[in-house]
Amino acid sequence: MPTMNLLQAVNVGLREAMRSDDRVVLLGEDIGRRGGVFGATEGLSKEFGAERVIDTPLTECGIVGSAIGMALYGLRPIPEIQFLDFIYPAFDQIVSEMAKYRYRSGGQYTCPMVLRAPAGGGIKGGHYHSQSSEAYFAHTPGLVVLMPATPFDAKGLLASAIQGEDPVIFLEPKRLYRAAKGEVPEERYTVPIGKARVAREGKNVTLVAWGAMVPVCEEAAGQAAEKGIDCEVIDLRSIVPLDAETILASVAKTGRAVIVHEAPKTGGFGAEISALIAEKAIEYLEAPIARVAGFDTPFPYTLEHIYMPDTRRVGKAIEGVINF
Amino acid sequence: MAHSSRAPSATSPRQHQRERLLWLYRAMLRMRMAEEKVAELYPQQEMRCPVHLHVGQEAVSAGVCANLTPEDRIFGSHRSHGPYLAFGGNLGAFFAELYGKAAGCCRGRGGSMHLLDRPAGYWGSSAIVGGTIPIAVGTALEAVYHRKNSVSVVFFGDGAADEGILYESLSYAGLKKLPVLFVCENNQYATNSHQRARQALDNISERGPVFGVPGVRVDGNSVLAVYEVARESVRRARMSGGPTLLECDTYRWKGHVGPVGDIPMGYRTQQELDGWVARCPLRQFEQMVFAEGVLKQSDLDGVKQGLAREIDEAVAFAKASPFPDPAEMTA
Ligand SMILES: Cc1ncc(C[n+]2csc(CCOP(=O)(O)OP(=O)(O)O)c2C)c(N)n1
Ligand SMILES: [Mg+2]
Repeated sequence: MPTMNLLQAVNVGLREAMRSDDRVVLLGEDIGRRGGVFGATEGLSKEFGAERVIDTPLTECGIVGSAIGMALYGLRPIPEIQFLDFIYPAFDQIVSEMAKYRYRSGGQYTCPMVLRAPAGGGIKGGHYHSQSSEAYFAHTPGLVVLMPATPFDAKGLLASAIQGEDPVIFLEPKRLYRAAKGEVPEERYTVPIGKARVAREGKNVTLVAWGAMVPVCEEAAGQAAEKGIDCEVIDLRSIVPLDAETILASVAKTGRAVIVHEAPKTGGFGAEISALIAEKAIEYLEAPIARVAGFDTPFPYTLEHIYMPDTRRVGKAIEGVINF
Repeated sequence: MAHSSRAPSATSPRQHQRERLLWLYRAMLRMRMAEEKVAELYPQQEMRCPVHLHVGQEAVSAGVCANLTPEDRIFGSHRSHGPYLAFGGNLGAFFAELYGKAAGCCRGRGGSMHLLDRPAGYWGSSAIVGGTIPIAVGTALEAVYHRKNSVSVVFFGDGAADEGILYESLSYAGLKKLPVLFVCENNQYATNSHQRARQALDNISERGPVFGVPGVRVDGNSVLAVYEVARESVRRARMSGGPTLLECDTYRWKGHVGPVGDIPMGYRTQQELDGWVARCPLRQFEQMVFAEGVLKQSDLDGVKQGLAREIDEAVAFAKASPFPDPAEMTA
């Protein structure tokens, strides 16, 4: 099995989908000849031509809107937004149109498209190259929201997303593009949407994370193990639909939950998970639920390393729930 | 009726006062030298933010800003250094911001793409392409509301002319006859894509008149030509004559982002770059003022030496400054 990084897994996944299904069309800014600013679409224009790998004007609203139009009449468009931070000119098309088509047409239309965007901090890009806005999309019924943390999941979830009938927001943790490496099968496979991955089993504390916070939690769990604290790490992979079962079963076992995400704390998706645990598993809790998150400020340039949760902050939260 | 036109070539520098010529030269050179310093220091990896350099495009910011006063409102894009440096933004605060220091013009919160500097009239740049265009329109509404004589100027690229927000803003400003100068720095490329791969027609300046906004296209490497058309537009705006769309043809020498060239990426040719380097806005200006005998080499050398000292001091100041206190992040 070849070993590759997360970026390569996305690239391979896109190529495979385009080879096997001629309804798959890519569109975005500088995704053709240039292969995207990160290289996710490298080589695809050469193999599939400009008709299927469309370089668009700088028009996020137009990219998403036109992809919706293509999807309604039988194509499987995969638009790319260069950075998640640039998605807001398209926000109206996403929440008002893309998310609602199937429901409001009573199922006459589906809108099968996968909107890819690199997300999250870690590159010192400052306010507009760093944000994690999964919660906006999770709050919009009609959307599937995915965020893989491993190359294996990136390719497998992408395949599931492309074959599904509903629009998907596919968030790629840019900090892991090159940092996350792993084996990826050459043949086609799918990773089920709505199923979390238990990245590490443990008995004392449940850590819930997604994207670039998964390796941070794994590392923090390793450090906690040296102090005799046994952490379970749940990688959501799928934010919507949420795998409540896996989270609740874990909390029932450990009695302690720490939720970790990069986005600001207030209204972050951690709040939803926290509410879920409080509603469905409060009787198992040995300590209050803890959240480690970004801060309720715009994303800063210099203080990025303070803003983003790290092993130190996660470790402190683990000790907090243990020593409660 | 609003129409679009091509600006005439600049008049002779003899038509301009010596102070004005020196101001224009100094503004361009300040941009060039400060950015070359950024390029020189960037490999030390102490400036960690992405930088989009204006090198080669200096005449646009300088020529436009020469017409402004501190009461005017200037907005920029991700390529944000030009107006800041041309219009007297503090150099120490500039380098400190790029180094992410507390003494930066935004206290190290933004870095290169997001400079703001109130004292310099730089009301804001943003890394969101097109993001500041409607805000400039809003500041013009405020100026009219308060009967101020201020003009709002927004700099953006040819790429921003792909985005719908430009047209909504032109429409709004044209309807209300607002004192706005829309300045498109057409350097032909958005990242690696040529304008013709993104727009059916090479006619940005002609898109103003359909909204009641006169358009003018000008040689953006001729600082006097830019200065003269902008002077006319600013004068009109101050007399309640409404907005203007100015398209300035120019060219970026460095890569889209970063301190070095990008010819090996293969999307543009060395010949194309060479052609534009031969039309360097600073060199053209020097040759012209010497030929016309309005300034001497020693005049320009004096400007250069002063700036070199100023820049060295600014870098030393920035390097010696502390990083922001983590406690200030949420302040
Ligand atoms: C809304 C939005 N879309 C895309 C980007 C990514 N991006 C940053 S700069 C740029 C090119 C802009 O080109 P242009 O407006 O011509 O300015 P130039 O870089 O040439 O100065 C792009 C696509 C962004 N920052 N914001
Ligand atoms: Mg451009």
